[in-house]
Amino acid sequence: MNAAPLPPLEEMDPDLREEIGHCLDQWKDKEGNLIMMLHEIQDRHGFVPREASLLLAEATGVPMARIYEVLTFYHYFKLVPPGKHNVTVCNGTACYLKGAGRLLAELESRLGIRDGDTTEDRIFHLETVRCIGCCGMAPAMVVDHKTLGKLSPTDMAGIVEGIRKREEAENDQ
Amino acid sequence: MINRRIKEEFERMLRGVGEGPPGTWVRVGMDTGGIAAGADRLFAQLREACAEAGVPDTAVLRAGSYGYAWIDPLVEVRVDGGAPVLYGIVDEAVATRIVDEHLKGGRLVDGHVIAPRHRGAKLDQPVTAIIVQDTSREGGDKTRFFQSSMEDELKVRGMGEEVQVVRALDMGIYHEGLVVQLLPSGVTYTNVLSRDIVRIVEETVSNNAVLEDLLWTRKDLQDRIVLRHCGHLDPESLDDALRGGVYRGLADALAKHGPEGVIDEVKAGGLRGRGGAGFPTGFKWELTRKPAAKRKFVICNADEGDPGAFMDRSILEGDPHSVLEGLILAGYAVGASKGFFYIRAEYPLAVARVEKAIASARERGLLGENILGSGWNFDAEVRLGAGAFVCGEETALIASIEGKRGSPEPRPPYPSVKGLWGMPTCINNVETLAAVPWIITNGGASYASRGMVKSLGTKVFAVTGKVRNPQLVEVPMGTTVHDIVYNICGGVQDDIPIKGVQTGGPSGGIIPEKLLDTPVTYENLQALGSIMGSGGMLIMDENDCMVDVAAFYLKFCVDESCGKCAPCRVGGYQMLQLLLKISRGRGSTEDLEQIRRICTAMQKASLCGLGQTAPNPILSSLRYFEDEYFAYIEGGTSYARKRKRALAEGKSLKEAV
Repeated sequence: MNAAPLPPLEEMDPDLREEIGHCLDQWKDKEGNLIMMLHEIQDRHGFVPREASLLLAEATGVPMARIYEVLTFYHYFKLVPPGKHNVTVCNGTACYLKGAGRLLAELESRLGIRDGDTTEDRIFHLETVRCIGCCGMAPAMVVDHKTLGKLSPTDMAGIVEGIRKREEAENDQ
Repeated sequence: MINRRIKEEFERMLRGVGEGPPGTWVRVGMDTGGIAAGADRLFAQLREACAEAGVPDTAVLRAGSYGYAWIDPLVEVRVDGGAPVLYGIVDEAVATRIVDEHLKGGRLVDGHVIAPRHRGAKLDQPVTAIIVQDTSREGGDKTRFFQSSMEDELKVRGMGEEVQVVRALDMGIYHEGLVVQLLPSGVTYTNVLSRDIVRIVEETVSNNAVLEDLLWTRKDLQDRIVLRHCGHLDPESLDDALRGGVYRGLADALAKHGPEGVIDEVKAGGLRGRGGAGFPTGFKWELTRKPAAKRKFVICNADEGDPGAFMDRSILEGDPHSVLEGLILAGYAVGASKGFFYIRAEYPLAVARVEKAIASARERGLLGENILGSGWNFDAEVRLGAGAFVCGEETALIASIEGKRGSPEPRPPYPSVKGLWGMPTCINNVETLAAVPWIITNGGASYASRGMVKSLGTKVFAVTGKVRNPQLVEVPMGTTVHDIVYNICGGVQDDIPIKGVQTGGPSGGIIPEKLLDTPVTYENLQALGSIMGSGGMLIMDENDCMVDVAAFYLKFCVDESCGKCAPCRVGGYQMLQLLLKISRGRGSTEDLEQIRRICTAMQKASLCGLGQTAPNPILSSLRYFEDEYFAYIEGGTSYARKRKRALAEGKSLKEAV
């Protein structure tokens, strides 16, 4: 991922600067704050922008390399913007035994992308996660923060088309 | 000596809490599973419907998970202080019926009642309702037939109006023919035949005589200590928690036990770490208490990463105050000034509820400075995990809280000597901490009276996979796997024969069908080549392929290896390649030898628990299901292709060919 060269710190988006400032005010006196601040940034943007990490490095004195070490170690943090709609298939053991693989295969063929990819129009992002802890309703998936359970491959068409229809309706307006 | 000031301070707090919910209420199970099944919409709908029905909307309450994951969402109803009735699979239409028929009309809603697990032996109150279910599924469901026969019989005797007959959604009893439970006494009859109906109505309903030949006398297998409040308290209300008895253990500890007394009580209870390793909790606290240090920490490990386990999430979402009380007690015992909850970021609801619990406890003086006027200070905060399985390991977890990548460190020094920021630190699992307050209030001896040999008390299991009723189960240690699977969870889904039960997740192993009568204890599971683990229990049936499952778990560990030590980083990867080669039908018996050698190397030379236990699922499947590996080796690529197709279609090998 070769990002374009960044502008000098002082020319960066003032909103982002302010946001990092807020984040810092809240956390700077607490112990073990780095990961919590990164969580906060990701919650807001859906990923951790490189500019934000740079500003955070400057403000906290933690080297940028250390911040990236943490960001790339943990699965939860994303460095690129996700798609508009996130489709996450749970691949915990219970879901795996009950056919999560079949759900994923159906989604991959419907969306034309692989696990971990985003469609070209950036509308769908498809990924698998370890376990969302809803094993009682396996196989389960999360679509835009909403958990759906007891699914079968035939349900996938409805889910995907539902999102596509809503998107089209939005575009027509 | 008892410190009266602290006791009075606590009693004053309890008096300030006020009355509990009124005699008429509706409670909705709102944990992640319930909400996914629509509990939040139900909550809003019930509030509206109750307001229209003249029941104040404050009577619509929130609860955590009841544990019955397969029939979410759940709603519990109580009318005029009577016995509460639990309903499952409640959709919009059923919710409307609950308000109209039960709340307004006082009659049960047919087909959705979950039978109370408390079963009486005496008819101390006249029968008002009868719930029926045909629990053996051979020859079609005869529940409806029995329901109408029973109704007819009651009508003949002029009791058709007073006594209602409804079909149950679940009886909690399986393969026992027609089961009949009489409410409110809870007297239960099993294997009821058509000719018994007249007797039940004549003798039991009319004359209050119990029919001993039909009476179900087996005790409920479940024994809920850790889950005692789940489903019964509002997890977002400190008042509700205090009414339910939470924080009484803390008040007792501060007023009379003292730190050593708390440790002694936990030791007497024989409590061992419920995260998997089973290290004695009281001993761990003593080790952390010993060293002199400027600061000490306690941590609640809520980084539940085992795929297929959800008990920690359910406990945090259902009863966060008890876990917090456990953490405060741990802090008191070891002499810590600060505690952290390390929770998975993937559990947003659990995070929100714990944060709320901390804030409200702090506001009320149960946390912070001078707790309950004792002069002792302790505070707690939440730190989030970020999706790294290895962070369940103590030293990696500490690194993660410190804001570093979660790499484990060699031990010793153990965290009890040199942990978070170099200070003595004690790390306990959610379930362990949730058991501590109960032990302090009820005494260690009472806890130790459950269980067997060195495994005392109770354990929560998340039973999932190919099981009829996936759910949370809490049983005394020493209960057999067979009892858990067949007598609590109703046996295998679709009645396909069971192949084995996996415990301990990616660090555990498989217990084959022939050994299901083993009592579950730390030692027994270890002897079988598995581990207790955090308590996930996955049921696998004949259609599941053990080579495939072994590869699934190994792939998990390879993905999650932090890469710090070579045995785990390289060994895991190479072993996965060999396993995949076998499952493509291109393996040889030499590959199996090679796999065994790598397993030994990883077990002996890996730095932390992840690498040391990653070979367990493979060794265990080789021990009990070696024939499946040979089937691939001997059958070659054509066998592998057929097996793969069968798995993809969810069929048995025979059906797919």
